[in-house]
Amino acid sequence: MDLLGVVHDQLLGVLGVLGSIVNLDGFGTYFHWHFIYISVANLIVIGLMVLVFVLAIALPFPRHRSKRDVDDG
Amino acid sequence: MAEPFQEPVTTTAGDPADAKMWTARIRRRVVAALPPDRLLPDRQPAYVASWIYVFGVVTIAALVVVIVTGCILALKGPQWWHVSTVGLFVNSCHLWSVELFFFAMVVHLWGKFFMAAWRGRRALTWVLGMVTFLGSIVAAFTGYLSQTNFDAQWISTQAKDGINATGGGAFFNVLNFGQMLMWHITLMPIVVVVLTAWHVLLVRRRGVVPPFPAKGEAPTPGPAAATATESVTV
Repeated sequence: MDLLGVVHDQLLGVLGVLGSIVNLDGFGTYFHWHFIYISVANLIVIGLMVLVFVLAIALPFPRHRSKRDVDDG
Repeated sequence: MAEPFQEPVTTTAGDPADAKMWTARIRRRVVAALPPDRLLPDRQPAYVASWIYVFGVVTIAALVVVIVTGCILALKGPQWWHVSTVGLFVNSCHLWSVELFFFAMVVHLWGKFFMAAWRGRRALTWVLGMVTFLGSIVAAFTGYLSQTNFDAQWISTQAKDGINATGGGAFFNVLNFGQMLMWHITLMPIVVVVLTAWHVLLVRRRGVVPPFPAKGEAPTPGPAAATATESVTV
């Protein structure tokens, strides 16, 4: 089997494991609370956006001191 | 010490005899509004070193991928993107770059909202960003309707009642596939790209909004603050 075939089989294996965790072969799951009706998939995406936003605010931005900054002290 | 670099000029540019020509007038206005060193600066104020601006750049990068993959899909057609493996891959790249586009844009938008990025004569920059966001929703929606599959049929039949209830259905008929396709591949890409370019040019012209002043400090300065002494290399 060539390298591409091995990679293909490995990829299918990984997808198979993921597919066994999250079953996408069926009806979607929905969250329903009063007038709010939203798919769990969309809810997860919104949650991820909030998480990434908090991290973007909280995590320090990597900086490097340029030559001019060093010269300026 | 080396001589300062001089930009090459043509022998006719800036000739006083041509000062009233429309080309000279437009050139003067464009250069005055956006001098080359402001259009493509080497350094930025220190407060630009923030992840929030990375998400703005990611949004633009994702938009480039959306446009490129969209052009390939337009060249090859629905049979190709539904059946062939490469077509399915490009179609998926088109979808997931849109997902990344919206994800990064929303994070950037939230960040700019809490920074009150409209301060200091930057209202138009903020409004253009918001309008681009709304226009992108229309672009994505018409994209869902242009898939040429049962999903597109389902979405269009579900959406028609809502849009017809607003009276908009007379002008924007989601059951009219040709109209939705034209909106998706001509009108909305032009709108989104032009608004994005305008937004970025305004960011260059007005500068990035400075942080809120600390208690007891002077109020927020205007665009001139972009020349703050502390800066970072970009």
